[in-house]
Amino acid sequence: MKTFEEIKTAIEAAVPGAGVEFVPNPSPSAQHSIRVAPDRAIEIARFLRDDSELAFDFCSNVTGVDWLDKEISEKVKVKRTVTKTVDGVEQSVEETADETRKRVEPGYLEAVYHLFSIAKKHGPLVIRMRTGNRTDRVELPSLTPIWRGAEFQEREVFDLYGIVFKGHPDLRRILMWEGFKDHPMRRDYVDPDDYEYEPTAHDAVLKRAQAHQAAAGK
Amino acid sequence: MSIAETKTEKLDGWNRPPTMEPEGEGELLEIAMGPHHPSTHGVFRMDVTLDGERVMRLKPVFGYLHRNHEKIAEGAAYLASMPYTDRLDYFCSLSNNWAYALAVEKLVGQAVPERAQYIRVILAELTRIQNHASSIGFLIQEMGASGTPLMYAFREREKILDLFESLTGSRMMCNYMRFGGCRVDVSAAWLASARKVVAGLPAFVDEFEALLTTNEILMARCQGVGVLKPDLAVNASVTGPLLRASGVNYDIRKVDRYGIYDRFKFRVPLGDHGDVYDRYMVRVLEMRESIRILEQALPEIPAGPIMDPKAKIRGFRPKPGEAYGRIEAPKGELGFYLISDGSPNPYRYRVRPPSLINLTILEDMCLGQNVADVVLIFGSVDIVLGEVDR
Repeated sequence: MKTFEEIKTAIEAAVPGAGVEFVPNPSPSAQHSIRVAPDRAIEIARFLRDDSELAFDFCSNVTGVDWLDKEISEKVKVKRTVTKTVDGVEQSVEETADETRKRVEPGYLEAVYHLFSIAKKHGPLVIRMRTGNRTDRVELPSLTPIWRGAEFQEREVFDLYGIVFKGHPDLRRILMWEGFKDHPMRRDYVDPDDYEYEPTAHDAVLKRAQAHQAAAGK
Repeated sequence: MSIAETKTEKLDGWNRPPTMEPEGEGELLEIAMGPHHPSTHGVFRMDVTLDGERVMRLKPVFGYLHRNHEKIAEGAAYLASMPYTDRLDYFCSLSNNWAYALAVEKLVGQAVPERAQYIRVILAELTRIQNHASSIGFLIQEMGASGTPLMYAFREREKILDLFESLTGSRMMCNYMRFGGCRVDVSAAWLASARKVVAGLPAFVDEFEALLTTNEILMARCQGVGVLKPDLAVNASVTGPLLRASGVNYDIRKVDRYGIYDRFKFRVPLGDHGDVYDRYMVRVLEMRESIRILEQALPEIPAGPIMDPKAKIRGFRPKPGEAYGRIEAPKGELGFYLISDGSPNPYRYRVRPPSLINLTILEDMCLGQNVADVVLIFGSVDIVLGEVDR
């Protein structure tokens, strides 16, 4: 397989302004990934599949990851001027002090695709996409038009994480029932007390049965 | 012309199965096959639209067994998920164990001793044989041959499960592998009985084939049914015997050479037509290749430790990072994707279930076929609902 530098150059040559970013993986597996901009993802995916040297024709695994808002406290060295009395004389002295600053990195949802090549027998190439946030900007382009194998897996990510895949041909819940409200794989999901409760259609069924019987003249 | 040379037209048109036009007049019939249909191997539903006997539309519906395995695993320590992986594909608990152990070993960069590698190969191949034998048995059962072939398969499966039981203490929920090795060592007596079982397997496959391979009814029902073209199969992420029956040479044992599979001589059986019959045939031939691997592995097994002495059991906290480990499970590519944030629990734990992903293409295989053949095509995919729903 080509190196990540070469893959990045190839993508940027084929899809101008692709905004490909290298994401290193510090674990011994050394499966690094690339992050792509969602608005160019379809073009990049089509290039990765159709390029004769990369030929990532097999999209093995599609999954979501939920990254919560992260509070980062870091120590910063700050220079400040202090008035001090040295040898009975007041002087303003510059000194450095440690200060702890807190900032909040906003959370996001991430879709991760593991690509392999059956034609060239290489892989994995991991591509990732981020949503804008975790609440209202949760749309990502669907890669099902490129790899059909993503169809059920993207439905699963939609069901369990709540990422809305634009352009997916049949985006419905797949493991939870229809009418279920939340996304259970999110990190901040709280089990409802009545989690066994599943709405049944018995009222609607009863109405239809009564209408049917009335029509049948009984 | 072999099916591997045919090409379907534009790839991007594949995001939907073709729309079928009804023939003649009359109403379309919508039926729900399942969730308690005897052919569905569990609780699985197919919403089928029929024009007479012809399938016009088919939507798989599942989730009845969903227990959010991934969420549970994210709340537990790494090792605590090992017994739970047995429950994914409960026919092949040992290959599930291996896939999970492999992913964690990739995450922490752990080596596995020689003897444990051999034990893993032996157990995984025994698992493959019993899975393929019973899946063929179920397939023939669904064709209407009540009992006999399934019982022949189960007779052999029983011998293999006895081996598992005497080694791990459980017939199906083995919970045997550990990160960096295996839980208990195999004894000389166990190896002797394993050799005896393996010596009897070729005769079983011969007998099975004599019963089935040239059986007129089986050929009539299976040949040309549920054809899957190789380029569509690849595009739809189909793996395992289903992919190879379509003529695509992709076996992860050969491609990744995980464990010690590079030491054994074996071939990858390929189908020529991509129909139900080829899937049956590929499974039979894979059983023969697994027997070949076992015949090489059993006499060669070296002495030594079964656990990496440096393996950390208590306070197991992988450094931050991620890993995707995959193996060739009997049903296809079984992968585990793990993200560690340095805590004792995985931050993200994902199972790539071959059973679920192979179902992506079920509708395309069934369109235009008779409703009776849907049962066969579904049976030839070989799924276990414990893994589909997780």
